[in-house]
Amino acid sequence: MAYDKFEILKSTAVPLSIENVDTDQIIPARFLKATERKGFGDNLFRDWRYNNDESPKADFVLNDSTYSGKILVGGRNFGSGSSREHAAWAVYDYGFRCVISSFFADIFKGNCLNIGVLPVQVSAAFADKIFAAIAADPKTEIEVSLPEQKVTLLATGESESFDINGYKKENMLNGFDDIDYLQEMKEEIKAFVANSPL
Amino acid sequence: MSKTLFDKVWDSHVVRSVEDGPDVLLIDRHMVHEVTSPVAFLGIKNRGIGVLYPNKTFATADHNTPTINQHLPVQDPLSANQLKALEENAAAHGISHWGLGHEKNGIVHVVGPEYGITQPGATIVCGDSHTSTHGAFGAIAFGIGTSEVEMVLATQCIMQPKPKKMRINIKGDLNFGVTPKDVALYIISKLTTSGATGYFVEYAGEVFENMTMEGRMTVCNLSIEMGARGGMIAPDEKTFEYIKGREHTPKGAAWDKAKVYWDTLKTDSDATFDKELTFEASDIEPMITYGTNPGMGIGISKSIPNAKDVQGGESTYKKSLGYMDFNEGEDMIGKPIDFVFIGSCTNGRIEDFRAFASIIKGRKKADHVTAWLVPGSHKVEAAIKEEGILDIIHESGFELREPGCSACLAMNDDKVPAGKLAVSTSNRNFEGRQGPGSRTLLASPLVAAAAAVTGKVTDPRELMTK
Repeated sequence: MAYDKFEILKSTAVPLSIENVDTDQIIPARFLKATERKGFGDNLFRDWRYNNDESPKADFVLNDSTYSGKILVGGRNFGSGSSREHAAWAVYDYGFRCVISSFFADIFKGNCLNIGVLPVQVSAAFADKIFAAIAADPKTEIEVSLPEQKVTLLATGESESFDINGYKKENMLNGFDDIDYLQEMKEEIKAFVANSPL
Repeated sequence: MSKTLFDKVWDSHVVRSVEDGPDVLLIDRHMVHEVTSPVAFLGIKNRGIGVLYPNKTFATADHNTPTINQHLPVQDPLSANQLKALEENAAAHGISHWGLGHEKNGIVHVVGPEYGITQPGATIVCGDSHTSTHGAFGAIAFGIGTSEVEMVLATQCIMQPKPKKMRINIKGDLNFGVTPKDVALYIISKLTTSGATGYFVEYAGEVFENMTMEGRMTVCNLSIEMGARGGMIAPDEKTFEYIKGREHTPKGAAWDKAKVYWDTLKTDSDATFDKELTFEASDIEPMITYGTNPGMGIGISKSIPNAKDVQGGESTYKKSLGYMDFNEGEDMIGKPIDFVFIGSCTNGRIEDFRAFASIIKGRKKADHVTAWLVPGSHKVEAAIKEEGILDIIHESGFELREPGCSACLAMNDDKVPAGKLAVSTSNRNFEGRQGPGSRTLLASPLVAAAAAVTGKVTDPRELMTK
């Protein structure tokens, strides 16, 4: 019940080639005070995106109209640090449905999968190709196919496959979440708890 | 088959292994705080379901709370609203709630062990990455996202693939002035912030065996900063001594029964790890960070590395130094500082305040330094008073605040202003972590104390007697 289905996404992409982007940058802690999941996209990359006087920083990629799309391409070790799911919510709420990186931090990756943002891990070489392709033509399109587990640079046809476990893949294709699954096995859980030492 | 400590605890909690998917893992203890739980409670409400085991979830307010005048209404309406939501959600579902002003209130990872919620062999989660702290007791403990908080509320389980296993050994004895914080910052500086991603770490060797429980908590707390899902240390007599008699620990026959299980919680001698690293204790000196992630740390006597000598992209490295307003090759010693923060789930326990007091005793706070001393809990606060540390704090020109996460993530009013340089005993030096534009140097309570009294980065060993 939880999120949009993900099948094939064809889109231009926004490049953010910085490494070790932590979730404090994706959404600073002072914007975590909501009790509902809405409006987080406005504060995505808040301190890189806006000056203290709220004016947009011209040199930040989200403020550059040259780049747009539903795919965010990040540098290595994307999403490190805090476990705040708000970071994944902000990415989603801004309009991204897929993040591509050569390496993801664990918790961020899991959070994305749990809300319907597809994290696509590619080789460092393929990530470089993607960055180069966007630099050469900001309107270049990338196709991310979940059924085929393949990411393709449509301009050249170059592609690479990516990993996702079969369970999560099925969930994303159908828009199911883990609670849907866990709810079905409540009796099994209760029996297990009855025999557990703690 | 031979098993590691991690295998033993993980495997005994797998309710079901999903084919070509994750394990369904039973969670023994679930801690919640005000920031990452409201949307999870809203989620179960929208699904029309309740909390399956309310007695396995424990709520405490910490991230948003003010550290002065806690007896007065919280001024920030958004923070007040989040604190109220936690209180209401806990009440609605029959979950124990240690809110602001409650005698047991404090940082989630400080109060969990204090009241015996944290136990060896348990699986413990919380919507907070520093949940790894509880691994100090031989528990599998790690941070989760809000979707997973909802899963635990609804079903007491989460779904996760089993991580790979890494063992980090440190041999020998620590040098004078080297604390558990320095050990952790040293390891992270060697592994980088992604060096343990995908792994669950076991810390082993004399250094950890000889470490106090609070020291072990500091080390395990920082496991996430090298990308690890969590870190753990095999329980021993020190562990059992620490937990015995605490409110939620088993008593009498139940203790004896639990102890039989806990005594099995060791890595078998022939068990194997996916990765094993060994360091020498003698190589570690007091550490300090110079950049914008916890992996950018060096021995305090060293100078800032050159871009060409570090792993990772040069442009990212230079951006980081640019933010800090530091240059390659500069010394850290002598840099003037503006703020000092003692506290957080990393270093907000009584031993940290003892260490701080050992340096400031007989000295005065540097005039231009603003210092925030924030105990991790009311229990820590009480110990500071009982042990006479509060007197030392006052005599040296410092003040003690009330418990909470405070300037570690600056969700409350404890924000380091833009451009100001803080020496902090917390866990993250990310850009703006301690307030927009703030610059953070992570260090031990000894290094922070030395900076507080000298007003600059100072080697604490110069102020200590052997």
